[in-house]
Amino acid sequence: MTGAGSATAVARADAWLLHALERLLGRLPIGWLQLRHSRARLLSAVGGVAFAGLLVLMQLGFQGALVGSIALPYRALDAQLLISATDMNTLSDASPIARARLWQALSVPGVQAVTPVHLGRVDWRQPDGSLRTLDVLGFEPATTPLRPASIRHQQAALAEADTVMIDARTRGVDPARLRAASPETPLVLELRGQRIQVAGHFEIGGGFSADGYLLASDQTFLRLFPSRSAGAPNLGLVTLQPGADAATVAAAIRQRFGPADDVKVRTLDEAIAADQRFQQTQRPVGLIFGFGVVMGVLVGIVIVYQVLSSDVADHLREYATLKAVGYPGRFFLGIVFEEAVILGVLGFVPGLLISVGLYAVVAAQTGLPMALTAGRAAAVLVGTVLMCTLAGALATRRLARADPADLF
Amino acid sequence: MATTPSPGPVSIAVRGLQHGFGEGEARKQALFDVDLDIHAGELTVLMGASGSGKTTLLTLLGCLRGVQEGQVRLLGQELLGADQATLVRMRRHLGFIFQAHNLHDSLTALQNVRLGLAVHGAAVSGPWQAAGEHLLGLLGLAERLHYVPARLSGGQKQRVAIARALVGNPDVVFADEPTAALDRDSALQVVHLLKALGRERGTTVLMVTHDSKVIDLADRILTMEQGRLVDDQRPAARV
Repeated sequence: MTGAGSATAVARADAWLLHALERLLGRLPIGWLQLRHSRARLLSAVGGVAFAGLLVLMQLGFQGALVGSIALPYRALDAQLLISATDMNTLSDASPIARARLWQALSVPGVQAVTPVHLGRVDWRQPDGSLRTLDVLGFEPATTPLRPASIRHQQAALAEADTVMIDARTRGVDPARLRAASPETPLVLELRGQRIQVAGHFEIGGGFSADGYLLASDQTFLRLFPSRSAGAPNLGLVTLQPGADAATVAAAIRQRFGPADDVKVRTLDEAIAADQRFQQTQRPVGLIFGFGVVMGVLVGIVIVYQVLSSDVADHLREYATLKAVGYPGRFFLGIVFEEAVILGVLGFVPGLLISVGLYAVVAAQTGLPMALTAGRAAAVLVGTVLMCTLAGALATRRLARADPADLF
Repeated sequence: MATTPSPGPVSIAVRGLQHGFGEGEARKQALFDVDLDIHAGELTVLMGASGSGKTTLLTLLGCLRGVQEGQVRLLGQELLGADQATLVRMRRHLGFIFQAHNLHDSLTALQNVRLGLAVHGAAVSGPWQAAGEHLLGLLGLAERLHYVPARLSGGQKQRVAIARALVGNPDVVFADEPTAALDRDSALQVVHLLKALGRERGTTVLMVTHDSKVIDLADRILTMEQGRLVDDQRPAARV
């Protein structure tokens, strides 16, 4: 397309937009015309809104990754109910419980099986000296506490002493190297001073507190954590008989446990929700992301307020003239809000496009489940428009200074 | 010998109008006991030195301020005690031409004129465009319809502002030195247009000016001094 041709196309698009806005508003789109007239101000405003939107989208992405990564290991568990210590907030801080509690639960009608699972954490030193933190799940190899078929298919190998399966999505480690591990060609690790061989892999993905997961037999687990006891697992995974109602069985188990408050019984969904709530509201990382969203919104409000406020100040005499002509106050509010909504929409688009790229970069670099859902994008669009509208509402206070009596 | 045309109905009736600014000892009285009748179709010039009260009178008659004391009947509506909504509604029957053009710099001449009509609820499309184009054409701006103010001269901007004030067919026009930025021909063109509106539509014009070209064409000349109306002449009657 030639320069003249592209200029004509831009002029046509501009005329079309003007006409569309005029139809939509039922009046001359003065707000858009004013914004368009001051290109530098428009660009800086759109840039500011885009930055604020990007900030909010990224923080929400991190928050979503936090929430998503918390759910990942729970979702891998093949159970309907979870028995844990009362003080458990997250999988990593679940205190050991008496194995006898699991036998008690097994006697409740509707319960098909209760599988004890041990939880621990190890550091894996890399050749470059850096550490990878791995959460270890220990269980009897004859049981099937984990859902993925790939795990069940390989878990017989765990019966061998000092053998584990590793999360191929462990952050900061070449996944091809982990996927190549097999009973025939095991990968040898040194963990807590012991040589451990990796005989298979699965995929869960790291979170904010650990880089990945290891699966081990209960015997291997106890060798890695000699201070722990086989009689005191961290979790009891309860599978129900077909047709049994989870809430009803959970209530029955609680009744069987009696008044003692050393353990709690929750559905998997309840446990996930409680963990997510705890990490978002009690842990610094969750609070920081929430704070980041607030900061993004505040930055956006300040930028848009500055732009709209300056715009109102620059047009006070024109507005006063229109007041003299007989335009009511809501007409001027309409202009400011028109500008606010346009800035919100125009700023959201580049912010969204940049965030799509950054989500992919962060996901690739960290292995975190960074997913920009349509719902989140729509929510941020609505939030951006509301943010701009709030800034516009603040800016309209200056309209009161437009006094038509001062024009004579 | 010229005959004096019979005056139209009274558009503006003022009785005992007083107005002041400030409170207590700082209060400054701007108008004292002003009595005045202005008839429909008249082009009335208001003269007076700075601080004589003419601007205050204009803002009160133009519903830009609330009346404090006295009676002002504008187009049959009593303004004493009128609420803000009434004042805003009344202003839609009026046209204002200010010394400064106050055009929206982002809008074309035609779009600025359109703002003078849209306040009456003119539709997005329709006869407004023809009315605006016609008026701008009468004021010599047919070739400048789609120019933004930055591309117009001072006189052209003022003519656009005049078109904006007149396009809504106001019953009364209040003007403050409307010809100050215009050359002699343009000034006469504007005054003749205002007189034609008075003759054909009964539009009342009250204008503050010291421009002799305009004063010569006025139906009536009012002079104010220190907040009082001190002289009221009808040049045509004198002839």
